[in-house]
Amino acid sequence: MQVPARFEYERANSVPHALALLERHGPESRVIAGGHSLIPMMKLRLARPEVLIDINGLAELSALGVEGDALLVGALVRHAELLADPEVGRYFPIFHDAERVIADPVVRNRGTVGGSLCQADPSEDLSAAFAAVRATALVQGPGGVREVPIRDFHRGPYETAVEPGELLTGLRVPIRPGAGSAYEKVERRAGDWPVAAAGSLLRLGDGVIAEAGIGLTAVGAEHFAAPEAEAYLVGRAPGAAAFAEAGRIAAAHCNPRADQRGPAAYKRHLAGELVRRVLTRAAARAGSPEGEE
Amino acid sequence: MTVQITVTVNGQPYTRDVEPRLLLVHFVRDELALTGTHWGCDTSNCGACVVHLDGTPVKSCTVLAVMCDGQQVTTVEGLERGGELDAVQKGFAECHGLQCGFCTPGMMLTARWLLDRDPDPDEGRIREAISGQLCRCTGYENIVRSVRWAARQEAGRRGADQGRADRGGADRGGADHGGAGRATGEGTHEGTRA
Ligand SMILES: Cc1cc2nc3c(=O)[nH]c(=O)nc-3n(C[C@H](O)[C@H](O)[C@H](O)COP(=O)(O)OP(=O)(O)OC[C@H]3O[C@@H](n4cnc5c(N)ncnc54)[C@H](O)[C@@H]3O)c2cc1C
Ligand code: FES
Ligand code: FES
Repeated sequence: MQVPARFEYERANSVPHALALLERHGPESRVIAGGHSLIPMMKLRLARPEVLIDINGLAELSALGVEGDALLVGALVRHAELLADPEVGRYFPIFHDAERVIADPVVRNRGTVGGSLCQADPSEDLSAAFAAVRATALVQGPGGVREVPIRDFHRGPYETAVEPGELLTGLRVPIRPGAGSAYEKVERRAGDWPVAAAGSLLRLGDGVIAEAGIGLTAVGAEHFAAPEAEAYLVGRAPGAAAFAEAGRIAAAHCNPRADQRGPAAYKRHLAGELVRRVLTRAAARAGSPEGEE
Repeated sequence: MTVQITVTVNGQPYTRDVEPRLLLVHFVRDELALTGTHWGCDTSNCGACVVHLDGTPVKSCTVLAVMCDGQQVTTVEGLERGGELDAVQKGFAECHGLQCGFCTPGMMLTARWLLDRDPDPDEGRIREAISGQLCRCTGYENIVRSVRWAARQEAGRRGADQGRADRGGADRGGADHGGAGRATGEGTHEGTRA
């Protein structure tokens, strides 16, 4: 029977209260959101916090919707909520593509967006999706809110810009009218973590690519992004040849490792092919303000 | 250190002092002796431990009981109403939806949730809904049939109710049908118990 080691439990009733609890209990305390990464790690003693601070009651972290010219996703938004939201699908179909293949419907009822990003597993799907759309992470500490570009958020495997004593409160994604986006993943079986996955966002203007965002996960891409391939695309006409070349560039610059999900060469191949496919789908979706196909 | 919590399970509030590390699956099975909820993989993969938490299926091996203080839990024992089995339970009985029965409670709770939101799901939507749950007897064909059976039966009951309502005799029996943490939606439950 797998049971976590003993710990103390505190329930936060507001963001300031959560921050005060983090400060009072110091570095051996951890926040718990959906618990679907943290509880398994505690069962295996890979994590052994002395105090858990439950943030599930913080309604202010559950906001989801358009605010001004951006999509705001609260840290406590569940995977299932992101998947069910029609505005998310309209402006960023990439999130619906990704959420359909993250874990399974029951896990998606509990796991949160903030927990996924803070877990910072090198195979996390949402890390690649948010990297592709160049989101801004909102990190709150005793001194106020910091805005961290998502590509500075992940410091390495299981390491983020959220310092002890801070909370991720949400993510802001600038809405680009007419942009298209898509996500695709190869997994071994339904509900599994990716062997490799890619996401992209394309904005077109005057017949050429005005903005390109490419996210990659599970293949050792730094900050879950493919900046060399993005740079190649900007200013070029969209098309099969350009997308295939962008895939080749992205594949060449990532750094996959062999594991139980497959050998490195296979993952590198997937990275290139998936980038090509998501660029093709994002381009097909671009220009139609209704987004989803 | 223990923490006092009150959790409403199948409509009845229970107050207990628990260790924070107690998982919801063990709270339900060991503290409340509701052993219908099964405990399988322990790693949030198999779905044998699925219960409804505030109306939504979750894997109770990956939820702490303390986190459920003040919330509503429905287990498989809470599916029947007033001695009558839920349409999903009847469907599993009619269509041989179980062999050893280990996965069955979780399958039925997820199926109930699906039908409350989507009263007429096709095979693809049923398979997607239970895709986080494993049947080691691999009886998926019969599980899908069981859920389809329940959907048809509830549609039939709804049709019959509608017929009665059209004739001006909209007598639904008037009993409470909300129940613990259940999103009833579109009178599916009036249907099963009409
Ligand atoms: C069976 C299974 C299959 C899965 N499959 C996939 C998959 O295919 N793809 C995928 O990407 N993921 C997958 N996951 C992971 C899942 O998406 C994440 O586990 C989950 O969403 C993490 O979110 P959580 O709310 O459960 O985080 P928690 O477990 O509560 O927290 C994770 C970490 O983040 C910290 N944290 C949480 N919220 C905050 C916050 N607001 N501020 C600061 N720190 C915070 C916690 O302290 C902890 O260190 C799977 C998980 C399971 C159990
Ligand atoms: S015991 Fe909870 S998912 Fe298997
Ligand atoms: S009936 Fe045996 S595991 Fe499903």
